[in-house]
This record gives sequence, structure tokens and C-alpha cells, in this order.
Amino acid sequence: MKFVAVIRQVPDGESRLRVQGDRVDLSGATMILDQMDEYAVEEALRLKEKHGGEAVVVGFGPERTEEAIRTALAMGMDRGVHVVYEGFADPVAVAEALVEVLKEEAPTLVLTGGQQADWDSQALGGALAEALGVPVVAWTTALELEGDTAKAKHDLDEGAEWVRVRLPAVFTTQQGLNEPRYPTLPGIMKAKKKEIRKVVAAVSPKVELLAQEIQEKARLGKILDGKDPVAAAEELVRLLHEEAKVI
Amino acid sequence: MVLVVLDHDGNRLRKGSLEALTRARRLAEAFGEKVAGVLLAEEKAPVEEARKYVEVLYTATLGPYTAERWAAGVLKAAEASGAKAVVAPSSRQSRTYLGRVAYALKAGLLEDTLDSWAEGGQVYATRYAYLNRVTEKVRAPLPVVLTVKPNTTPLAEPLGGEAEVVALSVPEVPTVEVLERLQEEKKGVSLTEADVVVTGGRGMGSAEAFKRVEELAALLGGAVGATRAVVDAGWRPYAEQVGQTGKTVQPSLYIALGVSGAVQHLAGMNKSKYIVAVNKDPEAPIFKHADYGIVGDVHQVLPALIEAVKKLKD
Ligand SMILES: Cc1cc2nc3c(=O)[nH]c(=O)nc-3n(C[C@H](O)[C@H](O)[C@H](O)COP(=O)(O)OP(=O)(O)OC[C@H]3O[C@@H](n4cnc5c(N)ncnc54)[C@H](O)[C@@H]3O)c2cc1C
Ligand SMILES: Nc1ncnc2c1ncn2[C@@H]1O[C@H](COP(=O)(O)O)[C@@H](O)[C@H]1O
Repeated sequence: MKFVAVIRQVPDGESRLRVQGDRVDLSGATMILDQMDEYAVEEALRLKEKHGGEAVVVGFGPERTEEAIRTALAMGMDRGVHVVYEGFADPVAVAEALVEVLKEEAPTLVLTGGQQADWDSQALGGALAEALGVPVVAWTTALELEGDTAKAKHDLDEGAEWVRVRLPAVFTTQQGLNEPRYPTLPGIMKAKKKEIRKVVAAVSPKVELLAQEIQEKARLGKILDGKDPVAAAEELVRLLHEEAKVI
Repeated sequence: MVLVVLDHDGNRLRKGSLEALTRARRLAEAFGEKVAGVLLAEEKAPVEEARKYVEVLYTATLGPYTAERWAAGVLKAAEASGAKAVVAPSSRQSRTYLGRVAYALKAGLLEDTLDSWAEGGQVYATRYAYLNRVTEKVRAPLPVVLTVKPNTTPLAEPLGGEAEVVALSVPEVPTVEVLERLQEEKKGVSLTEADVVVTGGRGMGSAEAFKRVEELAALLGGAVGATRAVVDAGWRPYAEQVGQTGKTVQPSLYIALGVSGAVQHLAGMNKSKYIVAVNKDPEAPIFKHADYGIVGDVHQVLPALIEAVKKLKD
């Protein structure tokens, strides 16, 4: 069996973002393995531990993405493939760039995060599934293998459902599926020796980025003291009614 | 043609569909094209209502929703209409199956757009990125697949005619087998459409305390939201979670009760018009993002708020 996690490197949500000219400048940001993809890595590891086989991390992005691949290797993934591309690629272009590598790997299943913390895209799972001609289960919260099928629980817009799917298939991951482990020191040491195969991607972006800006809405910051809860509540309701005119 | 995916609840078109129609009409006008609709149903769909909004209506009854069936239905309608642009309301489901559609059409995918327009044969859009912190402008040549963020666009009016209805024959596709639906009981307005959202965080202390959150939401005609901490604790269903892994909301009024204001939570609500926070910790990060706030204990402030709103309504 082979379990593949597709990952990317993104800025830590806690780190401050800057815009230089009309582009986000990530030079000062702390870059991390996308936390949504972390659930994919963790699930690949758990599946391997339970069913045997190999857990492979496939990373897409610029040179620095190697750090995120190393993180996944330090968590326990067996080896990595880095599809290198400097620049922005929309999810359709990313899926096109990954399809050959994924077909070569012929995985039992593919896992990737439900949403990307940089481009806020939710489409990669669906695009990858279409590229591979297999079903997608989005926003997975439980996953069990049963022979050549998987039983999975996943979220819909409203409610959730259990599905059975013949493998291979693509699953997008999120909170609730598992608790990602931290890389251990021995894990980090071992990761340094693990193989990362570099592939230069053929990428043809369909979407062009024109400009980016940070529009923090200036907030009023009228914070009342609640020592007298009744007075504070009445004043708040008055402000919402008379000033903001929202109630 | 510009093709609109009309989302519905079996009986009525959803508000998001009327926003998507407005966007589709703008593109159609710029390209000198007509607007076709596609109405996909598990069992039944509001065909008569939908006919009023488009010039041709493609329909198909496909059985339980799966990303594969819905992608196949949209692709069939795109083929039948010769559409070069597909416009749909943005939702977690649509953003999944339209990933398939965009790949199949080799289209530029413009996700969760705030605004969109056509110029020189290309489609432009603005959208958020980096956990809702950055606004970006993007462009794609045709074909495009575009999703419309809820509450960003005026609602379309009926056209005044009744479109021809064309039943699609959608091919069977390999897909998942739905074993069991876990429906959540629906109360009041839907979270993503609500103009007022009242969210409780871990500071609420218990599932029971949310009765008061529900009461305030109902008084304001709004919906209840929850943080991940609350969902993880099992106090509220995941469908109510606001944030990076939950829903994105942009109401006129967002009230956060006992919520610390973690970035992943802010990602789901930081574009709300007015943000109100109640937290006992004056240093809580949520206050930096609040227009109004009360530093105090929710267990005292929330009942007082409910009373004050009731008084205002009388
Ligand atoms: C990949 C990833 C995705 C995530 N996605 C989401 C998401 O979609 N949505 C989300 O919400 N979180 C998400 N999180 C979690 C997020 O980081 C926070 O842990 C979470 O939002 C905290 O919820 P909270 O504010 O309810 O709880 P806490 O952070 O524990 O805050 C509780 C607050 O209540 C206050 N309080 C306590 N008692 C009282 C009282 N009696 N009266 C008034 N105030 C009181 C406290 O001062 C505190 O500020 C995600 C995390 C990760 C890693
Ligand atoms: N959401 C986005 N849409 C379009 N381009 C982006 C987006 N996010 C980042 N980029 C650009 O893509 C390039 C590489 O981004 P990154 O891979 O995040 O370093 C940079 O020029 C970014 O500005």
C-alpha cells in the first residue's frame, strides 16, 4: 500500500504579513507546513502504521518548500518528492503539474488539506481527483480502509455523511480527522537522510495575479467596562442602534 | 452562453443563486451572451422558480449529492450550452466539485470572489487570500469557473419570461456510495446568509449556556456561530463553526461572546461590518478587532444584553 500526502508551504497565520508594492512580501514571514496539510501527513502515517506499506510526501512550490517536506519526513513520512515551481499557480495548474508524479507513484489513496492558508483555495482536492479520474471525499473527519474500499465520514455544507469509496480516491483533510504529531529529535535527524526527489514542474497557470493589498478595516475600538453589566449592556445596545444602526 | 449553477434547498433557490445570477448577467452582457441555468437535484428542484431567471434551464435529477455527480451535471450543461463561463454560489460543496469542473475544462478558477467583471475578453475578480487577510485582484482568460462569495452581490430579479427547460442526460460516473446522512436539525437563518451572527466561544463554559446565545441570536434575527474550541468540546455542531476550517461569514453585526480571537477564527469573520466582543480578559486579541466591546463576564453581560435588546424592541 502507498499513502501519499500532497503538501505546500505557507506563512504561519500568526506571523505578520507585509505588502511590498502590490505583492505580499513573505521574506519576513515564518513559513510552515500548511496546518491543513499536516492532517494529511498525519493520516498517511497512521494508515501506514496500521496497514503497512509506504507513506510518501509530495510537495509543490518554490525551493523553500523543501523545509515543509523535511517537516513531514521528520514526522515519519518515508520519502519525499518535490515538484519545484517558483511563482503562483492556481489549483488547476498545480494539479496538472502533479498528475504525472502521482500516476507514477500509483498510490492507494491521496490526502491533501481542505483549504490552503495562502491562496485560500479549497479546490486542489477536487482538481487532483479529476486529474487522476478518481472520486474525491472533501473535508474528511474519519477514514478507515476496508479491503479495496475506504469508509469515510466527511462534512457537507449542512450536516455530514458516511460514504464508501473504491480506492484509489482523493481525500481532503481538516481538524477532527486526527491530532498531528510533533517531529521528534530522532525524527528530525533521520529526516535529513531521507530522499527528496526533485521534479521540475511543467506549469501553465490559468489565473494571473495582478495585485494584492492588505485592507485591515479600521475598527472603532469602543470597549466598555462591564463592572456594571446592566449599564454596559444598555449602552452597547444604544450604540448598536443609534450609531452603528445594525439593530 | 454564461452558465449559472442554481443552488437550492429542494423548494426554493438559495439567496446565493440570485447573487450568482447577477454576476453571470454582468459577464453575459459584457460578452454579448445569454445566461443559461443548470438546476441539479437529488430528488426535486424549484424548476418553475428557476425558469423565471434564465433564458434556458438545464435540469437533471441525480440522486444523492456527490462531487462527481454534480461535476458531471455541470459539465454536461456547459457542453450543451457551449458556455465559456460557469458561475456558481460559493460553498464548501461547490468549491469541491467545481475544482473537478475547472480541471476538466482547463479553466481559470476564480474562487470565492468578492466582485468580478469582464474587460478585453478576460474575466477579472477580487478575492481574499492569506486567511482572509489580503485582498487580491486576479485575471483569467476564458474559459473560467467563478464562485461568488455570499453576501457580496445584489440579488437578481426575474427576467419576466419563462425559460425553455432542457432535461440533461448525465452520464454515470465512478463516485462514492452515500451510506448515511447525518442531518443537523436546522434552526432559524443559515449561518452564511445571516445578517447577524452571535458566536459563543469556550468562555461560554458549557453547552447549556448556549441557550442564551440562541436567545440573543433569535431576538436579533440572526444565526448562532461557534469557535473550534466549542465544537471540539461537543457543545455545538461543526456546521456552526466559524473560521478557517469552518464557515466564512460577513454579516452586518458579529457578536463574539467568550471568544479569544485566534487568527484561525478571525479568518472566518474579520470582514464583518461591525464586530462586538464580550470577554472578561481586557487583553484578549479579539478586542483589537472589535468596534464595540464589553470587558466582563459573559454570564452577567449576556443576560443583560438580552434584556436591553428586549427593551429596545418594545
Ligand atoms: C488548522 C487550524 C484550523 C483552525 N480553524 C479554526 C476555525 O475554523 N475556527 C475557530 O474558531 N478556531 C479554529 N482553530 C482554533 C483556534 O486556533 C483557537 O484555538 C480557537 O478559535 C479558540 O476558541 P475560543 O476563542 O472559543 O477559545 P479560547 O481561545 O480558549 O478563548 C476563550 C476566551 O473566553 C474568555 N472567557 C473565559 N471565560 C469567560 C467569561 N466567563 N466571560 C467572558 N469571557 C470569558 C477568555 O478570556 C478567552 O479569551 C484552528 C486551529 C488550527 C490549527
Ligand atoms: N492567492 C494568490 N493568487 C495569486 N498569486 C498569489 C497568491 N498568493 C501568492 N501569490 C503569488 O505567487 C507567488 C509565489 O507565492 P508563494 O508560493 O506563496 O511564495 C508570489 O508572487 C505571490 O505573490
